[in-house]
Amino acid sequence: MSSAAKRALLDPVVDNNPVTLHVLGICSALAVTTSLLPSLYMCLALTVVAALANAAVSTIRHVLPSSIRIIVQMTIIASLVIVVDESLQAFAFETSRELSVFVGLIITNCIVLGRTESFASKNPVGLSFLDGIGNGLGYSVILILVASTRELLGAGTLLGYTILPNVADGGWYSPNGMMLLPPSAFFIIGLIIWAVRSWKVEQVEKPGFRIHEVHRTEAL
Amino acid sequence: MGNYVELFIKAVFVENLALSFFLGMCTFLAVSKRIQTALGLGAAVVVVQLITVPANTFLYHYVLEEGALAWAGLPDIDLSFLGLVTYIGVIAAMVQILEMVLDRYFPPLFHALGIYLPLITVNCAILGGTLFSVQRDYTMSESVVYGIGSGFGWALALVGLAGIREKLKYSDVPEGLQGLGITFIIVGLMSLGFMAFAGIQL
Repeated sequence: MSSAAKRALLDPVVDNNPVTLHVLGICSALAVTTSLLPSLYMCLALTVVAALANAAVSTIRHVLPSSIRIIVQMTIIASLVIVVDESLQAFAFETSRELSVFVGLIITNCIVLGRTESFASKNPVGLSFLDGIGNGLGYSVILILVASTRELLGAGTLLGYTILPNVADGGWYSPNGMMLLPPSAFFIIGLIIWAVRSWKVEQVEKPGFRIHEVHRTEAL
Repeated sequence: MGNYVELFIKAVFVENLALSFFLGMCTFLAVSKRIQTALGLGAAVVVVQLITVPANTFLYHYVLEEGALAWAGLPDIDLSFLGLVTYIGVIAAMVQILEMVLDRYFPPLFHALGIYLPLITVNCAILGGTLFSVQRDYTMSESVVYGIGSGFGWALALVGLAGIREKLKYSDVPEGLQGLGITFIIVGLMSLGFMAFAGIQL
């Protein structure tokens, strides 16, 4: 695999993650992550849509006038989402009923439009396709982390299997109800960002203002 | 009249799109660094919301809903499955027009908003507002009030967060939490606060 292709595929997973670095695709990351199974389907759906939308937009990038590009991109994405939605209803009916609204909301997931707008409209088809898959993976990593934390601590289960036996069923774990409420998703994503940036120090943002400028530079 | 005031208050505080339904988060987090920019984006969202929510509600009631085409002599047609594509088409068209107008008449605001202007199209707050309006069967005048209210509530939360973040630059945040990380924690706390409004019955 050429280095450009490898970069397009793997860069968005950690180094250039769409969620933790570019703040894209947060809405659904908050909404579907109360349990793990719907999140997995959501990741799959988003990766497919992102990859295909990127490839499609990249194919027509030379003939697309820039003044109508947003409408064209949205139509492509909306059609893909309808296809994914129909396939989910055909092959995974139960989960698709659980997800229905959020699959529709992939249309408004900024990762997809953000990538078609900023990458696919300037790059060749194959590379754009890989970039779509890479960004889907980056999103999936965060979604799975958040969903497993919330389901494990909020209900004591993973994919519906009991991991931490609940007090109510004679076990020892008393579930933390706040994990099932939306604010906890914010806290978890915030902590994940903290962890990623302690590991990848170059992602740390420069503070806009420092009172103890002198002390900091001395310490460094 | 009281009915509309109630709907407005509810849309702004009790059912705040950003903090109670977690819609429009991407732009919400990214464009809240300065109050000035936040005000610009907030105004843009209110305008888009004011136009698209009534427009989409109108389309739903007179074209898409089951039996809505009775006025054209086609009472048996149900086009509601085309809803999502129609709404997003209307929204995208409005945003593109807004983009051209801003580029022509307010270049500084156009450059300040940058990539986030086209991203208003994929702002779930806009699509969410439309979907709620359709789902709750608002009349045309109600949808106008709901459009303004939900847009204003979102803008209010955005400006509030921008205010907190402007003050926050004087505080000593741990290295890795700097910027985005601490913003998530703050929004989490804000949303905990706004959950208190959920109990209000008007």
